[in-house]
Amino acid sequence: MNKQVSHIGVAALVLLAALIVGTTYWQTWANAGLAERQDNDIRLVAQFTIKRGKIYASDGRTLLATNVKKRVGGQTFYFRRYPTGPLFSDVVGYSTRTRNQSGLERSYNDYLTGSNANLDTVFRSAIDKLKGATVTGNDLVLTIKPGLQALSRRLLQGKCGAVVAIEPSTGRVLAMATSPSYNPNLIETRFAQATRTTLPCGAPLLNRATAGKYLPGSTFKMITAAAALDTGRFTPDSPFYDPGYCEEYGKQVRNAGNPEAPETFGNVNLTTGFEHSINSVFCNVGKALGAGTVLRYAERFGFYSLPPLETPENERVESGLYFHGRLFRPKHPDTEVDPGRLAFGQERLQVTPLQMAMVAATIANHGISVRPRLIERIVSPGGKTITHLKPEQLGRPIKRQTADELTQMMELAVTGGTGTSAQIPGIRVAGKTGTAEIGRGNIHTTWFTAFAPADAPRIAIAVVVENQLNGFGGTIAAPIARQVMEALLR
Amino acid sequence: MTATGFASVYIARQAVVSTSSLTYAGFFFALYVAAHLVVRYAVPFADPYLLPIVGLLTAVGLTEIYRLKPDDAFKQAGWIVVAVVLFALALFLLRYDYRRLETYKYLFGLTAIALLVLPVLPVIGLTVNGARLWVHIGALRFQPGELAKIMLILFLAGYMREKREVLAQGRLKDWGPLLVIWVLAMLVLLETKDLGGGLLYFGIFLAMLYMATARIAYVSAGLGLFLIGALGVWRVTPHVRERVTIWLHPWTTHKVYCPLSGQLDLRQNCQSFQLVKSLYSIGNGEYAGTGLGKGTFRTVDGKQIIPDLNTDFIYSALAQELGLIGAAALLLLYMIFVLRGMRIALLAQDGFSKLLAAGLTFGFALQTFIIVGGILRLIPLTGITLPFVSYGGSSVVANFLLLAGLLLVSNRANREMLR
Repeated sequence: MNKQVSHIGVAALVLLAALIVGTTYWQTWANAGLAERQDNDIRLVAQFTIKRGKIYASDGRTLLATNVKKRVGGQTFYFRRYPTGPLFSDVVGYSTRTRNQSGLERSYNDYLTGSNANLDTVFRSAIDKLKGATVTGNDLVLTIKPGLQALSRRLLQGKCGAVVAIEPSTGRVLAMATSPSYNPNLIETRFAQATRTTLPCGAPLLNRATAGKYLPGSTFKMITAAAALDTGRFTPDSPFYDPGYCEEYGKQVRNAGNPEAPETFGNVNLTTGFEHSINSVFCNVGKALGAGTVLRYAERFGFYSLPPLETPENERVESGLYFHGRLFRPKHPDTEVDPGRLAFGQERLQVTPLQMAMVAATIANHGISVRPRLIERIVSPGGKTITHLKPEQLGRPIKRQTADELTQMMELAVTGGTGTSAQIPGIRVAGKTGTAEIGRGNIHTTWFTAFAPADAPRIAIAVVVENQLNGFGGTIAAPIARQVMEALLR
Repeated sequence: MTATGFASVYIARQAVVSTSSLTYAGFFFALYVAAHLVVRYAVPFADPYLLPIVGLLTAVGLTEIYRLKPDDAFKQAGWIVVAVVLFALALFLLRYDYRRLETYKYLFGLTAIALLVLPVLPVIGLTVNGARLWVHIGALRFQPGELAKIMLILFLAGYMREKREVLAQGRLKDWGPLLVIWVLAMLVLLETKDLGGGLLYFGIFLAMLYMATARIAYVSAGLGLFLIGALGVWRVTPHVRERVTIWLHPWTTHKVYCPLSGQLDLRQNCQSFQLVKSLYSIGNGEYAGTGLGKGTFRTVDGKQIIPDLNTDFIYSALAQELGLIGAAALLLLYMIFVLRGMRIALLAQDGFSKLLAAGLTFGFALQTFIIVGGILRLIPLTGITLPFVSYGGSSVVANFLLLAGLLLVSNRANREMLR
């Protein structure tokens, strides 16, 4: 019987040895995968034992995110507070227990929790852990100017839309406001209240500046004009005849304004066409260039790729043509896309305010596009600056001469064209209005993109305001842009 | 013996450090010394490793229970006292010849069945977590299944010793009582929905049958029958089907029907909640563990993350706080226990003693495998206690009786050898 007893003994030991193997698997090999799981409460708790880094506005003093200490059952936890409430919520985001994270709180979680791969931070966090001391994260200082941000928010009050302001030469985002917004302090406890809004457009959690998709309307003419000039096919003086409409596929596409009596300009040139935003002129430019060329230029400005910014990827969207809610990249643009409508910013175009601000900044920057940036510097708890913003060029979508010619045209649009309400006494402003027909009667999406001063630009801006009955870019969006620019420049 | 005694003290000291309660350690040490003296007096030739191992396991368990739920540790300490008293009683009564138990084998078999039936009875039966395993008389609650395990092993050892030759020949009439008791036991288990218990008893049965008859064919046939039975149970019982689904796919990426809430939800938030959270707990231990008392078992709001942490899931708490090193050390203790148990079976002179020692040891190993393997997702998870470590009075009492059985067999075997 002893032989059988030994067999059973070996079997019993094998079973127990399997348990050691199983434990080893979960604690070493599979551990990283388990730690990443969204429903891993233990990791979530660990996050709250870390004193997250603070987030400041560009002045280094205005606190956007800080911590409140609380003791629960013998353990110290740090909970997030956002002193500015809804003012910065779309950029900063939130970090809560139940709703997870968004905004910079999410994309810079590693830095904020001191778990980034930076040598200094790794060393400090390891020492803290060994000592049993609280791990403290790194602080973020943003590029956003608190005054400009507050002004932008105030100007959007009661409206739906967004304001994005960029410093053209460096890419610093000076303001990024969206309306409606939400109070990040309520996300945890009163989510329903935090996400409620009286505005009809809804969706307060959406960062409209980077993820709001809008029909660009005439602001897209900046790109069409850039393509027209940069290819050398047209000059600012190229002549056009405007009968008040443009003929496409045998049908008349009328200029903006009252369809019964369209504005008719007669003999004009490209500059006048831009100044007064004449659709028929751009319609003909589009037909001459072809949709492929116009789209190629759009791509050079950053369309069809996620606008580079430090916020999480899912809080940004690509600009471009959309079909059934998805980005549409035509294989044969010259047959699949209506070049005339594309040229004046209708067709199936959807753009983000950030993208249009980048276009204005590129023109302001003499044709060189610079990566937009939200984070000025990252500071360790000891006060040492870990990283500092370095302006990074993304490319040169257009020649310097093209950019300068466009600047002149945009200046004329403000001095004597559609954008006169953006004039600032003593400062040369270059801008372009946009009034997109969204297919619901006289309800328009209104736009204004601009930069100033035109000779030495310090700010490039895009303003969008949704759902304006009988509203135009020049009357709704341009005054907002003017006040924001003026506040910075004066 | 003294050296191992010190080891036990050392572990008890560990308990002092983490629980900052000297009384527990002092009490525990006194109890250990008492048990040790009883063993020295009643069974002086018994294996010297078993009691210290059990002392260590019990100390680790008590410490962790104290860390998780101090009130339960107090009750557990009470149960340990009861268990040690019964353990001492068993050693005293049977110190000359435990083999007379063999004559009462049918009584044990029937008692085992009766014990298994108890929870199904109205009034005193109690359903906890979908399994009807509990009996309550007044304020007293216990799981008779744990005791039934010991009785069943006694019965099987006695019966198989007597009939091993004829069983090996395979005559149907000798199989009768065995099969009858067997079918009854299985029916009861199906009724109580105690899957872990079913697996345990069946495993013990097969292992003992193999040892008694040396017929690998019986084991294969048994396993075949088990698979068919398992498949049948899987088809008719949604409870079992769910367990298997949880085992195979604890995580889902899209929402599935959640029978707990009646709504759609991710499975990790619904049925497999407990298993998944327990895996997170184990994973969080990594190599060195968080340290005793430093593990995370509650959310930021103070809500307990894993239900039943100090009974069925105590291993995942230990694995988090002690890490891979501690958990592996704990499992090695179980392995040493099994090694010593099997050694006792090998040294024993007669068939009954061999079958009894090997059966008890294998039962001990299999029970450990069923609960820890379930927690580690090696097999479908079924609720059963971790011997000597989990919180639970019936479990502690039954396992101390198991230890008494092994010591008695060992004492006799070693005494015969010396003679």
